[in-house]
Amino acid sequence: MTSVPPTAQEQSGFVVELEQFSGPLDLLLHLIHEDEVDITDLPIAKIADQFLAVINDLGLNQAADYLEMAARLLRIKAQMLLPRRLGDDEWEDPRAELVRRLLEYQQIRELVEWLGAAAARRAEQFGRGFAPEPPAAPPAPLVIDLNDLLAAAERVIALIPEPVLHRVVPRPLDVEGATARIEGLLAERASFGWRDIVGVHPTLVDVLSAFIALLELAKRGALRVDQEGPFTPIQIHREPAREAR
Amino acid sequence: MSPLAKLVEAALYASARPVTVEELLTLDPHAGAAAVRAALGEIRDTFAAGDHGVELVEIAQGWQFLTRREYAEAIDRAQFALRPRRLSPAALETLAIIAYRQPVGRSEVDEIRGVDSGAVIDKLGERGLVEIVTRGEGLGRPLLYGTTPQFLEILGLKDLDELPRLEELSVALRPPPTAPAEAE
Repeated sequence: MTSVPPTAQEQSGFVVELEQFSGPLDLLLHLIHEDEVDITDLPIAKIADQFLAVINDLGLNQAADYLEMAARLLRIKAQMLLPRRLGDDEWEDPRAELVRRLLEYQQIRELVEWLGAAAARRAEQFGRGFAPEPPAAPPAPLVIDLNDLLAAAERVIALIPEPVLHRVVPRPLDVEGATARIEGLLAERASFGWRDIVGVHPTLVDVLSAFIALLELAKRGALRVDQEGPFTPIQIHREPAREAR
Repeated sequence: MSPLAKLVEAALYASARPVTVEELLTLDPHAGAAAVRAALGEIRDTFAAGDHGVELVEIAQGWQFLTRREYAEAIDRAQFALRPRRLSPAALETLAIIAYRQPVGRSEVDEIRGVDSGAVIDKLGERGLVEIVTRGEGLGRPLLYGTTPQFLEILGLKDLDELPRLEELSVALRPPPTAPAEAE
């Protein structure tokens, strides 16, 4: 593992370089100043290549802000290469927006220096008992007895609205119960109707349970199901011979 | 010194923060703002004339006793008092933008700096240097930030008017439009 230290050193070098710049605009300004080029007449191809080379060297592949700027530079570079007619008044310099942002940022950098100097100058004087901002005072301890607490809890609980968004309904399909009921009917009668199983006003769940039970019993051969036509009453008949099997 | 000047001096001594004239007015219901200002001037002159280690300074829209600059190093070395933590370049950039564009939203700060500034703004808020002042009109009614009196205090400014005017900076914000020049 002797090769690790130099690698780590290189990486820490990258970190220092990255922290040197507070963002892609800062890095761009640095490149522009280093080249001593006119910011309003940016040699975009040159600056774009340098920017790409630097973020490549710095290993900033994860820094989305830098990548976004790289993409922007490449787009401007491409736009600058497009042919344009002489005297075309409609032509807008694709660099204009970037130049405006750079100038704006450069102005902010100038203000930063001013603010930094002002803060340093202020730090030469001490107020009486300089103290960091006091944290917000902790709330006073609660004085409350159990009854008050319970009453308060009840009030809160009473205020909780019924959840109306979605209710998960269990499916209380009672196939076993329906099966028992049908078997009871089979024992009594040789044939009976659907209504005899589910009653006059069945719920959806009753209908489903009974229907599944019916099909299951029919499969087992305990009964036979007849229906004269679609939507006509279902008749159920005992099948003693097959049940015996 | 006048009785009012001595009362104001005592009040300033009792406070660890700059005290505004309005606050000082509550000391004596009969004293007017002019009398309080006169008293402040009296105290300042007394301390300036009489060879003292502290001076009365107008700062952050108020007044405060501060140690004289020449003793900064000695006090610092002896660790009698803590210097406030220095602000990072990112924090200063964000402060500069908020100070000049206030009330300003996060997205505008992000755009000018070219990087996400949410965390920096949050930290400045924790230090009491910026605060939410209102909500914007745009989509989602964004929170808009402005600077606080604490901001003036750490910079030693009386008020925001003491910040350099943008015209005084060497870089003009709006470049002359380049398109017409190109077309000629």
